[in-house]
Amino acid sequence: MTLPGNGFDIRQARERCRRYRRRILDISQQVQALHIGSAYSCTEVVDCFYHGLMRRNPDGCSPDTFLMSKGHGCMIQYVILEEDGILSRADLDGYCKADGHLGVHPDYGIPGIAAATGSLGHGLSMACGMALAERGRKTGGRIYVVLSDGEVQEGSTWEAVLMASSLRLDNLIAAVDNNDLQSLGRTSVTHPSLYPLVDKFTAFGWEVAEVDGHDSEAIFGAVTNRGGGRPFMLVAKTTKGKGVSYMENVPIWHYRSPSLDEYRRAIDELESAR
Amino acid sequence: MRNMFAETLYREATENPDIYVVVADISPVGNMARFSSEYPERFINVGVAEQSMIGICAGLALKGCQPFAYTIATFSLYRPFEMVRDDLCYQNLPVTVVGMGAGVIYSDHGGTHHTMEDIAVAGAIPNMQIVSPCDPAEVAEATRWCARQKNGPVYLRLGKSGEPDLTKDAEPWEFGKLRALRRGNDVCILSYGVVSKTAVDLADRFAAIGKSATVYSSHTLKPLDRDGIIEALKHHNHVVVIEEHVPQGGLAAQTKQLAWDIQARCRLDTFTLQDDFIHNFGRHPDMLAAHGLSLSRIAQRVGLD
Repeated sequence: MTLPGNGFDIRQARERCRRYRRRILDISQQVQALHIGSAYSCTEVVDCFYHGLMRRNPDGCSPDTFLMSKGHGCMIQYVILEEDGILSRADLDGYCKADGHLGVHPDYGIPGIAAATGSLGHGLSMACGMALAERGRKTGGRIYVVLSDGEVQEGSTWEAVLMASSLRLDNLIAAVDNNDLQSLGRTSVTHPSLYPLVDKFTAFGWEVAEVDGHDSEAIFGAVTNRGGGRPFMLVAKTTKGKGVSYMENVPIWHYRSPSLDEYRRAIDELESAR
Repeated sequence: MRNMFAETLYREATENPDIYVVVADISPVGNMARFSSEYPERFINVGVAEQSMIGICAGLALKGCQPFAYTIATFSLYRPFEMVRDDLCYQNLPVTVVGMGAGVIYSDHGGTHHTMEDIAVAGAIPNMQIVSPCDPAEVAEATRWCARQKNGPVYLRLGKSGEPDLTKDAEPWEFGKLRALRRGNDVCILSYGVVSKTAVDLADRFAAIGKSATVYSSHTLKPLDRDGIIEALKHHNHVVVIEEHVPQGGLAAQTKQLAWDIQARCRLDTFTLQDDFIHNFGRHPDMLAAHGLSLSRIAQRVGLD
């Protein structure tokens, strides 16, 4: 099914996301550890931003910018950039190797990477500055940014939330990858008062929608149907490690590579879900 | 100094639509108020939210703009330190972090408002450049340079108000170079920032006993003019450093290091703030005196009294 607007085909999106998860699994066998659960959690959101929402000029460049504020989830960005021809296969083969230039967190200067992230709570302020610059130059450029739910515990994130709405940055579209897990447990258990998130962002003046963060159609629909005039926050309800049953909601898969046996089981699951 | 900063920045920003001023709840004195009313879309007050001030500047610079982050020094550098390090320095963006009222100028406000370690802190970060002008005219030179440079981040350390003119007869200002305010043969006095007035006064005291002194504004702390300082150490029998900064990591420490490196044979006296939080609530000169940075004490220690 193709949705109106940008020609965002849901079946193709599902197939892409399966492919991305498979590619990340392959890369996991080259390194001792990677943030596989964090990447699987936001796979559909990042894919929808890149292939459903960010516009393409005839020259292939986009007037829009993607910023991975939850830098540890960047494996999904790397594999998308690889498939879109912005990074090469050799680039990804060099992931976390001495002679490579792709690391655990996205580095400024790498093709397709708009800013260096990794330390949490930085991305949304930088996105605000970028949105401000686009508005000042009247380019029409939009800034898409993905945050983690652990990141929403950072005071600096709330400074940016406050500024984005005060400046009425309607060209800023953010998503919280609300998988409810961080290194030490469930975010809703450590910070119960932070939830529900929708109320918090609404109270700060944002337009907010909550969707199943693995439902590409819902993500696309929520963003394209926004009212505008102020920044937009997508609260994406997600499952950490989504797509591989033994990884789902298991904290150890925040940063670990599967063994060969685990790798084979994961491949079987992904292939049987086609 | 802050008025001259605002005036110069206003002129630069009028000509360059990429200049943004992002402030954290600081009163817009002089032309800063004019800039904010004439260019409201390029004057952003984040309020008491300094982390977002630096992050927003980084985002603007990532899109090719030339932002200035401006507030009281301790809040522009210390509070958002990790944003300065990661967003500005790691990405090497041409953002000027303006530290107004640096040193112990906010004397009676207490230690929370003192910026005594900023050269060491900012200087420790790769890519960071540091400029600390000695008088309003030098502020104009430095601000103009900051508004036009694309090297990377700058920490611009400013005083506040009422600083005297010290550079009327000085050599032209050049980033990264010592600037002679006057030249002599017997003594060389190195200083920067507001306390440079004490260096000039000390030179007058030397002149009164028939000794001529070179006085340098070491306005660029990073990159430090190592060659210039080495020449000063080689060609004077007596070198004096006066700085409003703790002993570690500033001009005094670096001059001592250079003197050791070249096995300098001159006498070297250094005068700095103490490595101590002094709970004194007087005026700026009182605070400097409490730290041992009064002209009379320095004069006595260099053998003038």
